[in-house]
Amino acid sequence: MSNRNIILDKIKKNKPEFIALSEFNGFDNQQKSIDLLIETLKTIKTETTVGNNITPIQDKINLLKKEGNVVLNLLDELNADEKEALILKTAADLASLDYAFIRGQIAVAENGAIWLSDKNTINRLVPFICKHLILVIEEKNIVADMHEAYASININEDGYGVFISGPSKTADIEQSLVIGAHGPLSLNVFILQF
Amino acid sequence: MKVGLFIPCYIDQFYPQVGIATLQILEKNGCEVVFPLNQTCCGQPMANSGFNHLSNGCNENFTENFVGVDYIVCPSGSCTLHIKDHLTSAKNPEQAVIIRKQVYELTEFLVDVLHLTKISSRFPYRVGFHSSCHGQRGLHLSSMSEQMLPHFSKPELLLNTIEGITVLKPERVDECCGFGGTFSIFEEAVSSKMGKDRIHQHAQNSVDYITGVDMSCLMHMEGILKRQNSSIKVIHIAEILNAG
Amino acid sequence: MNTTAQKHATNAATYIADEQRTNWHDETLWFVRHKRDLAATKVPEWEALRNTASNIKEHTLSNLDLYLAEFEKNALQNGIIVHWAPDAAAHNQIVHSIIKEAGIKQIVKSKSMLTEECHLNEYLIQNGIEVVDTDLGERIVQFRKEIPSHIVLPAIHLKKEDVSDTFHQHLGTEKDNNDPQYLTSAARVHLRNKFIESSLAITGVNFAIAETGGFVVCTNEGNADMGTHSANIHIACMGIEKIIPQQKHLGVFTRLLARSATGQAITTYTSHFHRPQKNKAIHVVIVDNGRSTQLGRKDFRNSLKCIRCGACSNTCPVFRRSGGHSYHIAVAGPIGSILAPNIDMKRYADLPFASSLCGSCSNVCPVKIDIHDQLWKWRQELMKQGYSNWYKKLMMQSMAFVLSKPKLYRFTGKTARIFLRTVPFLFQSKSLNPWYKNREFPAAPKQSFTEWYKQNKK
Repeated sequence: MSNRNIILDKIKKNKPEFIALSEFNGFDNQQKSIDLLIETLKTIKTETTVGNNITPIQDKINLLKKEGNVVLNLLDELNADEKEALILKTAADLASLDYAFIRGQIAVAENGAIWLSDKNTINRLVPFICKHLILVIEEKNIVADMHEAYASININEDGYGVFISGPSKTADIEQSLVIGAHGPLSLNVFILQF
Repeated sequence: MKVGLFIPCYIDQFYPQVGIATLQILEKNGCEVVFPLNQTCCGQPMANSGFNHLSNGCNENFTENFVGVDYIVCPSGSCTLHIKDHLTSAKNPEQAVIIRKQVYELTEFLVDVLHLTKISSRFPYRVGFHSSCHGQRGLHLSSMSEQMLPHFSKPELLLNTIEGITVLKPERVDECCGFGGTFSIFEEAVSSKMGKDRIHQHAQNSVDYITGVDMSCLMHMEGILKRQNSSIKVIHIAEILNAG
Repeated sequence: MNTTAQKHATNAATYIADEQRTNWHDETLWFVRHKRDLAATKVPEWEALRNTASNIKEHTLSNLDLYLAEFEKNALQNGIIVHWAPDAAAHNQIVHSIIKEAGIKQIVKSKSMLTEECHLNEYLIQNGIEVVDTDLGERIVQFRKEIPSHIVLPAIHLKKEDVSDTFHQHLGTEKDNNDPQYLTSAARVHLRNKFIESSLAITGVNFAIAETGGFVVCTNEGNADMGTHSANIHIACMGIEKIIPQQKHLGVFTRLLARSATGQAITTYTSHFHRPQKNKAIHVVIVDNGRSTQLGRKDFRNSLKCIRCGACSNTCPVFRRSGGHSYHIAVAGPIGSILAPNIDMKRYADLPFASSLCGSCSNVCPVKIDIHDQLWKWRQELMKQGYSNWYKKLMMQSMAFVLSKPKLYRFTGKTARIFLRTVPFLFQSKSLNPWYKNREFPAAPKQSFTEWYKQNKK
């Protein structure tokens, strides 16, 4: 008998009597204002800028490039850099990436988490290997909590997706919080208000 | 109202004053109290040590003794909880079921059955309230710091109405004192350290006394306090509720 | 720390002898418990959320075989390669064979308590594979040749001076520079090279979703993602109990997990894997290793609801004062004490007794496992199976005998009190009488309550 069947048979034999799943559809009266999101992002060491067009972002990208930084711009309405080549780039290729600008799909007010998937990152390593990450979201895509978040997305639409909530961090050394572990050292969020 | 008085074995032997205070409070509040003379022990020391299968003798004796009453009241949260959760009888199974419904810890009985909202007593001292675990988390004598639910406390409800008293709570409001029955013997180092830390938390409030609903917790802390030559004394809540 | 002694009580006594360090460890973990409380307070529906999570898990366990089959079907459709491992040995062999077939000699691994349980690192090292643990806490303990002391905070038993010494020895950092920022930066540089070099990454699984055939990995550091997206092959190891039915259930668990574990609203990264990136591969190894046996134990099956948040360890007054290593097992603390006896009753018979049964653990558990009730029930099971020592058994039998006979009980009580009053020195041996080591005896009154009652009330 295959390992699979050994395990499944044993489970079938040992499992308890069926317990039904209770009805559950999230909670009412959850807050989702832009102010709440900004406040939450602040508590997770994330700076926020609000604007009604992407010109300031383009300016920022140009300035960073002028200063000699390695910048990757993945925002759709801007000239997206070589998507095809990007997907094949390795960690060694991307190791020198200083700044990455990526579009987020939704943002969660209760915890500052922003959902992005393959369509946004192109290469999954980008939002992790860059030194500094900038995510761009739209105010109309702010949801209140994780129940609403999972109701708004399809987690297997793309092969990979991630909720990013703040810059990377660790408190593994005597519970002292250090911002910047293996992922980006900082996260900035730009909220587009139309 | 006929109340059977259930006095835990270690209170019977080492802290009779707690039994006396309990009896007097009940009588003062209109109860006809009977004390079954042949009661011994609820069986918890064996049961919590994994030897529940040896407590049949205690179970049968308990069931035999506590008949013909409306309620059974006990000045101990843990003993009450043990009877409530675990009493069985092969000889008289129905009586065991009745007893499990009838048994109450003292403050629980005063608040839930006699509906007392205050108690006439005087105790002009600084008193640290120790929230004994089995009474709190097992019998729900009060809310619990871990749970996001409204605050309430049956023992403190009564304590706070006593003349002259100042009730103080330690910073970690409901951390265990470390007695834990035979845990105090078989994991002595942890048990003593927990007791020491608990006392330290109370001492930070400059208390004169430490009180609670379980004499076992207090006996354990008293042992450490005496070893430390501390001026802090322990006193069972029944004695405070019955003070003058 | 002597972790070879198979008795929590002995290990704990050694640990507590260093009172200053015990106080520090206790306060540090109490602070984590406190942060959990602060986070939970901000969620008015917290208790309802726990009830929902508990129901989802109980339902899942009652339908586990079907959900696992559904997960496999959907995972295969996603192009994930699925393996089944009945035990730790099979798990280790499967993981090794994937690595060997790819001709790889060095791998990176992010936190997985399952791989600790299976002793994967030792197995791979014995077979010539270099394993780099990339979670900062785990890398620290790996350098020190220790096991994690906590399922979420692996290096919580170490002070920054300890970490500084370890990094000085292994990474060449400045001697006596204890700054956590400096040390973390050094680890970042060191591990970044490892990520870039490694073409195979192993992760654990926080949640596997039957409906979609994918799985979720949660980290703060970003090491799981750095490892897996740099690599060509990703092996995800999961226990059978990690399954949840639907995508929407992730909403419940992602709201509870980090708040319970560290007091954060959510981990920095909640990564959802469904299909490998172009030219890469994802393997999932589904592991039983005694879980299906536990599933058959009516009193203990609910321990399988565990989402490995560690809240029970943080709230446990015993864990805080004895340290994870005292439990001589990878998954320590209250949850460990109800999982371990299922694996090996003889070896872990001491663990359910490493508790005062205060019940705090059950209250903080996000999935409402009745941990303290299970501890009590394991005690009954273990003693019935004979895993007691002779003096405890004798003591219990004597107590049961005396306490069931009213006259004998009264006689014994009176005699004991007389002895305590007249010849107390007989009892006052710190080495022979555990009670007396740190405590005085209660005063022995002349009259018991019963004697007083007979005299005054009858």
